[in-house]
Formats: sequence, C-alpha cells, structure tokens
Amino acid sequence: MSDKLITALVAVVGVPLVMIGYIWATEQVLRIVPGRFKSRIRPWLWVAPAIGLLGLFLVYPTIGTVFRSFRDSKNESFVGLDNYAWFFGDQGAQSALMNNVLWLVLLTLFVVGVGLLFAVLVDRVRYESAAKSVIFMPLAISMVAAGVIWLYMYQYRPPGAVQTGTLNAVLGAFGTGPVPWLQVEDFRLNTIMLIIVMGWMWTGFGMVIISAALKGINPELLEAARVDGATEWQVFRRIVFPLLTPTLAVVATTMIITALKAFDIVYTMTGGQLNTEVIANLMYKQMFSFGQYGRGSAIAVILLAAIVPIMLINVGRFRAQEAVR
Amino acid sequence: MSRKPFRLFAGLVATAMVLAACQSASESPTGSEQASSSAAPTGQEVTVIGTWTGDEQDSFLAMVAPWEAETGNTVKYQGTRAINDILAAGIPTGVLPDLAGLPGPGQMAEYAAAGALKPLDDVLDIATYESETSPALVALSKVDSTTYGIFIKAAVKGLIWYNPNLHDYSSAPPATWDDLMTEGAANQGNAEALWCLGIESGDASGWPATDWIEEILLHQAGPDVYNQWWAGDLAWTDPAIQSAFETYMDVVNNAYGGGTNAVATKFDVAGDPLFADPPGCALFHQASFITGLGAFTDKTAGTDYNAFPFPAFNDQYATAVEGAGDLFGMFHDTEAAKSLMKYLVTAEAQDIWVQRGGALSPNKNATSYPDDISGLMGGMLTGADSLVFDASDQMPTAMNAAFWQHMVSLTAGHETIEQALSILDQVRGDAYAQ
Repeated sequence: MSDKLITALVAVVGVPLVMIGYIWATEQVLRIVPGRFKSRIRPWLWVAPAIGLLGLFLVYPTIGTVFRSFRDSKNESFVGLDNYAWFFGDQGAQSALMNNVLWLVLLTLFVVGVGLLFAVLVDRVRYESAAKSVIFMPLAISMVAAGVIWLYMYQYRPPGAVQTGTLNAVLGAFGTGPVPWLQVEDFRLNTIMLIIVMGWMWTGFGMVIISAALKGINPELLEAARVDGATEWQVFRRIVFPLLTPTLAVVATTMIITALKAFDIVYTMTGGQLNTEVIANLMYKQMFSFGQYGRGSAIAVILLAAIVPIMLINVGRFRAQEAVR
Repeated sequence: MSRKPFRLFAGLVATAMVLAACQSASESPTGSEQASSSAAPTGQEVTVIGTWTGDEQDSFLAMVAPWEAETGNTVKYQGTRAINDILAAGIPTGVLPDLAGLPGPGQMAEYAAAGALKPLDDVLDIATYESETSPALVALSKVDSTTYGIFIKAAVKGLIWYNPNLHDYSSAPPATWDDLMTEGAANQGNAEALWCLGIESGDASGWPATDWIEEILLHQAGPDVYNQWWAGDLAWTDPAIQSAFETYMDVVNNAYGGGTNAVATKFDVAGDPLFADPPGCALFHQASFITGLGAFTDKTAGTDYNAFPFPAFNDQYATAVEGAGDLFGMFHDTEAAKSLMKYLVTAEAQDIWVQRGGALSPNKNATSYPDDISGLMGGMLTGADSLVFDASDQMPTAMNAAFWQHMVSLTAGHETIEQALSILDQVRGDAYAQ
C-alpha cells in the first residue's frame, strides 16, 4: 500500500517537474538558434513528446497488428491473405458482421432519434436541467455495470414461477407470458435487446449535443416563421431540423463508431452466444481465448478499415463547421 | 491570460495521476518476484488467481489461513472467470501470478512445454503425495512422468439428484438408463416435469449440457471412445456421438420449462425447482459441487436431497466415473510459493474445504465430510478404477467454445442435431490443427 502511495507521490510531483524541465531545456537549446528560426522550431519541440508517445503507443502497435494479420496463429510464418479469407468465409464471422450492421443502423437511429426527441421536448420545460441530468446519467455507468443491470431487467423465469426480471414482471401484470429476451434468435430479437442497452446509455450523449445546437439557433428566425403563420410542426420541419443537420451528422458518425466497437455489453450479457456475436468480441475470443493471433489481428485491421473513413468524414465536417464560425 | 498557468498545472497533475495509476497497476503482478531473492520465507506475499468467487473463495481463503498464520506469509487471492484468457496472455509476456488454477490437463501440458510452469517433483513430498492421492488424479497431474499440477479439490460429475420427499431412491437406485426413465416417470408425482435443466453460465454458457453429453457418451460407448473423442480422433458425426446427442434431446424434451427455460436458467439455481411446492422437477443432473450452490446450501443432505450415480446404458461401462478437478500450478518458484504448494496437498489443508462442504478431496485421508452423501462421493472419486476427466475441458479452447455454443443453440431449438454435429466437425478440423 505505502509503496503505491510513494509511487503516486513521485508521479504527481515528478512528472510535472520533468515536463517543466523539458520546456526549460528546449528554451536553453533555442538560445543558440538564430532568432528568425526560433519561432519555427519552438512548436515542433513542444509537440515532439506528444508525437513520440503517439508513435510509440498508437502507430507502432497499428503497424504491428497489420503485420501480424498476415502471419499464422503463433506469429511464426507468413500465410498471405489466409486470415482475411477465413474471416470472409467463416459462418460465425459472417453472422457477427451481420450483427454489427444491425448495431450500426439501429443504435444510430435510436440515439439520434430519441436524443433529438428529448432535446426538443426538454427545451420547453422549466425543469430542463434536472430532466437532462437524469437522461444523461446512464453514460456515467461503466458498460459492464450497465450489462449486469440489464441482465436483471431481462431475467426470465419459466411460466408459472414468480418473474424476477423487471420486463417480464411487467408483462406478467398484463397477463401475458414471460419472454426469454436474450434467448430468442428469431428476427435477432436478442441482438436488438442488447442494442437497446447501449441506446439507453448513449441517448443522453445525443441529447446533450443536439440540445446545445438547438440553443444556438437564433430565436428571431423561429419568431419570424411564427409571425408568418407557420405551425409548430412546420417550424420544426422547415427551420429547426435543417439547421440541426450538421449536429445530427456528428452524433450519427460517433454512434456508428461506437456500434462498430461494441464489445462490453455483448461480453457481459450473452458472450456472443445464440447468434449475438459482434466483431470486437470475436476478435477478443480469437486472440485471447483461442490464441489465434493472426486471425485476431486480421479482424482488428478490418475493424480499423471500417472505422477510418467514418472518422475522416467526422473530422471533415467538424473542420467545415469551424470554418463557418 | 491569468488562468492559463492553472490550466497547464491541472493538465500536468491529471497526466501524472494517470501515469501513477498505470505504474501501480503494472507493479502488482511482479511485486512478488522480489520474494525469490530473500532466504527466509516469512512476511512474503504469494499471488494466486483462481476461478473461485463467493462461497468458494471464502472456502479457499479458510483453507490457506492456517498456513498464513504458521508461516507469517500472506496469500493475495484474486478470483476471475477470465482465467483462461489471463494465462493465455500471460505465458508469452511472463506476467503471471505465483500460483494459478489451470483450465485442464491439456493446458497444463501446454504451459509446461512453454517452460512457464515449474515442475513440482522437488517441491512436494512425492512419495507421500502419491500414496495419499487417487491414482487417476495423480496420473492427470503429470506431463511425461513429471508432476506439474496438484488438485486442490475435485468433483464427481455423474450424479443425479432428487428430492427424497417426492420419492426415495436410496434403497434401490435405478441401475440402467431405461430403469431410470420408467421409474422416474412412475414416481414423478406432482412434479411438473421429470428433469431440471439449466445451462446458462455467462460466456461459458452450455457447459452443463456438454457434461450431459460426456456422461451419456461415457456410459453408452465407454472410456476408449470417450478419450478418442476429446482428443479429436473421432468425427462428431460418428453414430456413437449422434446417439448421445439424441438421448440428451430426450432429456431436454422432458425438462422443466423446456429448452427455452434451460438456456435462460443459470446452472447454479437450475436445481432449485426440486425443492419448490409443487416441485418443478423430480430429477437433476449435476456434479457433486452443486451442494455448495443455489438452494442446496440451505438444505440438509439425506433428508432434503439425495443422489445416485449416473446409471449404465451398457453393463460393460457401468462403473466408469467422470471426474473433474481444480488443477493448480506454480509459475514462480519462490520459497513462499513452494511452501504453499506443499501445504495445499496435505490432508490437513484439504480437510478444511471438505468440512465446509461443496468439495471432494483427492486426498484419501481428508475424510471430514459433512454428510454421508459427500463421503460416498469422496469414496467414488478416490476408489474409482476407471476415472476419466471432463472431456470438454481437455479439448482445444476453440473446440470447447464451439461445443458450448452449439449445445446452447441445440437446447434452445435453433439447430437440429445433424446441423450442430456437422458444424462441430468442421470446427474440429480447424481447432486441432494448431
């Protein structure tokens, strides 16, 4: 215990000292540099540690992963495109891919749709901040904890027994039979149930972002429309919604990335059984449970390849928005 | 402008705290390595990871408490369900606990070959250990005649539990499967179904169903076929396996709440309907450790519940027993770790868990069983002439995971036996190839 305390103290005091020392040292170096180069070199010296750390912890592992994706399970010899061929030929992997598409579409629609609804509704009530806090709160829970909470929500007991799961207890009160929410594969109901958990967590995020954009709309525009005789629906449909589109796109792209990376909920709630597998969980299983480092790396590369274009779109939009301001 | 230095400072402090957290996290697994340099093994810490949590964790800690008191060392135990993944990731990187539970004999051989597991021949008093321990389990803890593992506790798998208040089978337990089915149906009374079945277990869901298949196959086709099967030398589409799956589906069709309930019910509470009024079921198949779980913990052995061994399909294989055990291995040979290993195999240590219930001891001299049933099961374990180890635990991890997964799909009614077996046979081609 005391060891850790000392380490923490050293880090709290020592790390800032090292960083201040680094800046001081760069200034010493800059003294011998001729004046006109100084302002050009200084920023590079200041970002150098960040670039170094990024390279070490992000770029280097990425290159390593791409390399390993062309190697066998024990990283001993090259196997060409075998790992990728496996991914696109394997039934389980295809099912996981299909589920991710479902996650991507439904989670995005859920968070953007419900987030927008709450943002618009909450905008008109007096206890706005309290209502927003309640909806935002699930985001503060870890995903594993959310999974465990929802396991209780979905719990199933045989017909006739006392239903301990919240959802089935409610159904029971209306006289209908219990539904094994996480065990029904038809229409991928179990996957949809998992997506709802993630949607429950992220709706607050969508709402907060959209709400902020809503506040940014010039009220005079809305006033003008109302004076001209527009109904509330027309105001929303023709003025508010078009002005919110860039924000909705940002929320949507963030959700697409979240959906592609979905792991914790599936891992804690179903372990990918009964056709609920997703790519990230499959990657974890192949790599850490089955020791298939080549296949696991190939899945990681495919996931990265799917996410990068969406991130580029997101960054592009963000820049365009900044430019307008 | 005046606020900027503050922001800079806040950022630095945040960075520092993250680094501190990383530092202390990476320190703990290696901290005990310093112990090896010290001569006197006292005041040392032994890191242990295992799969036991809750009651089982308490029992293990009770088991090591006398050793801690005597030597002045401490055991730092962590229970995790992801033990396979931790060890699989730890072998190449070397970040390992001092002692750990091992998934099965297959993995033990693998870790020993990788040089990560330390041999125990010079650590244990081998002559005493072998004379006290069930020979079948001694054989399972060796790799090429070198001992690499010990069994902390063990279980007998093939047991059928019943509620004697419904019908008492103790005077004449059913001898064959056919007897069991006819007597079971005749004595079902007001129970809703013949069998209780529950195979949910987080990401290991399906294993109780694999136990069913193993038990049926062992008694239908015998130990040789059983051993060929887990070793990957028998096609899953073989008639012997097909027949075992068909028998299992008979059970599913006569289970309380059907297959849907079975896949949605956690294994540890699956037997609880035995004690309901009216009972949900009359019979329940589970290993001996069930007495430490679910509603069994509040009930009295003999009066509230009882058990008989899995019946024979074939006289030839009537006495075969399937066992399972918690294998333990040593990854760092510090003096304290060695001393703990030496202590754990003794009858004195194993008696502690035995007394607390829910465990059988591989040690013949640990006999403080809390009731007659446990004593009987302990005798089955140490006295069995033909003992096979849990088959799915000995398969490659990918095969085992697929076996679990398809048992769930099959039980839920999403797959036919033919579909499940043909996919499993495809997986076999891939999983054993590594």
